[in-house]
Amino acid sequence: MNGTVKPMTTLAEVCAEADALRLSSGNALGDAIVSDIYANAEEIARKVVAHKPQDKSAWDAKLDDILTSRLLGYPIMLALLGMVFWITIEGANVPSGMLADAFFAFQDRLTEWFQAAGAPAWLHGVLVLGLYRGLAWVVSVMLPPMAIFFPLFTLLEDLGYLPRVAFNMDSLFKKCKACGKQALTMCMGFGCNAAGIVSCRIIDSPRERLIAILTNNFVPCNGRFPTLIAIATIFVGGVFAPEYGTAVAAMVLTGLVLLGIAATFSVSWLLSHTILKGEPSSLVLELPPYRPPQVGAIIYRSLIDRTLFVLKRAVIMAAPAGAITWILANTYIGDMSIIGHLAGWLQPFGYAIGIDGFILLAFILGLPANEIVVPILIMSYLATGQMMEFDSLEELRQILLSHGWTWLTAVCTMLFCLLHWPCTTTLLTAYKESGSVKWTFLSFLIPTLIAFAVCFAVAQTARGLGLA
Amino acid sequence: MYVPEQRSSLADLKVGTTGKISSIELDGLLRRRILDLGILPGTQVQCVRKSPAGDPIAFRVRDTTIALRSDDASLIKVYPG
Repeated sequence: MNGTVKPMTTLAEVCAEADALRLSSGNALGDAIVSDIYANAEEIARKVVAHKPQDKSAWDAKLDDILTSRLLGYPIMLALLGMVFWITIEGANVPSGMLADAFFAFQDRLTEWFQAAGAPAWLHGVLVLGLYRGLAWVVSVMLPPMAIFFPLFTLLEDLGYLPRVAFNMDSLFKKCKACGKQALTMCMGFGCNAAGIVSCRIIDSPRERLIAILTNNFVPCNGRFPTLIAIATIFVGGVFAPEYGTAVAAMVLTGLVLLGIAATFSVSWLLSHTILKGEPSSLVLELPPYRPPQVGAIIYRSLIDRTLFVLKRAVIMAAPAGAITWILANTYIGDMSIIGHLAGWLQPFGYAIGIDGFILLAFILGLPANEIVVPILIMSYLATGQMMEFDSLEELRQILLSHGWTWLTAVCTMLFCLLHWPCTTTLLTAYKESGSVKWTFLSFLIPTLIAFAVCFAVAQTARGLGLA
Repeated sequence: MYVPEQRSSLADLKVGTTGKISSIELDGLLRRRILDLGILPGTQVQCVRKSPAGDPIAFRVRDTTIALRSDDASLIKVYPG
């Protein structure tokens, strides 16, 4: 070590040294090299690349003129979102009912077999009333909407519409001192928040990336959409006449997603003005040409990668959860079941935010996967209520009504579902991506506080005004 | 080379008009990104559309469409061409 060359031990040091060298020559050298490379590339391209007549790009331009126009850009985004929900709800009603009918007819067979085999009542309880019935509800309530919603959403993705969303939305993100590409990470979040957080790597500025990571949870993911769709369909939609029900439910869902987006903007703005202060950095966004959708790929990706993945996760988690819930609900301490004790303890907190102890308990037990919140809830209701025959989705509404659900409960449950803490997978991903316990904890704390605050405000206002 | 009296930038291009890059007055990572995309002195650029809010602005460069925020675009100078 005699002074001529400093020993460098880390990659960071090497990079810093390289940067210093590069910057000392100014931009001239780099510019000259890049210009030369491009000149060469142009030369080669001129020789070997033949261009087809440009009729497709004219089509693209016309489509872009409409989809990003000053007048129609935003309304079209909103209309597309609403339409996707409308098709989902309208289309899922019938198959959901059919699946439920089939599953519960089979439950009667199962019960007969158990009785014929002389199985003890508790075994029948755990396996049929707990496990099987839980699974049946999960599949019949969650599968049809997913099998419609995910292909539709994948279609928009495949067409190349999403970068246009980022293009349309960037000015709002800029006002929040965030990055327009956050819109793309939010679109990924509709699929899965963990994936959404990983996709935040496309944002160059570390500050803006953290903002995107911390707010990704405000777009509802695969695991929460079925919950929202189910409640909107069987509860909000069910209150109205059937011919308006679907439209109202779709509007409620669209409103919820808009609320999530509003929460994203507010929290982004707040973070940029408090703990993540800074100026907006740059945006370089490619708007790729529109592509004709590849139907096969869409169906494969949305059904295999998304629908079956979510369903598998729900079933794997819901089966043991169903059994455990049944045991908790049928094991008595004193004169009340364990689940009754837990829910009773949570009841005051639940009531304050417009829901009940059981719903809050289901959200807490659903921390590993949002998919199982509704299954756990239904199971704990069914296990504690008297035995009834449930053979359609309308009956599910009756279960909820008989457990004291009002319109306020439905609204607050949906709000809480939209805004509450991320699942453990998402939290772990936030930890991996941010590399810090502090930011991970904040990604849990911020949504939790907002969910409680919003639901509390809604519940207290509604009760104060005598509406519920 | 034609030298304009008043130096206009990409952000000043009207939708549908073209210009040629005279200089890129950005630095750091963004400058590299811009160069990587082939936006170099002498490159012809067409302003194709603005987002509903007027910002960002989309440009057609080398058969691709790239959107930039007007703050950044105003630091990329152009001359008519």
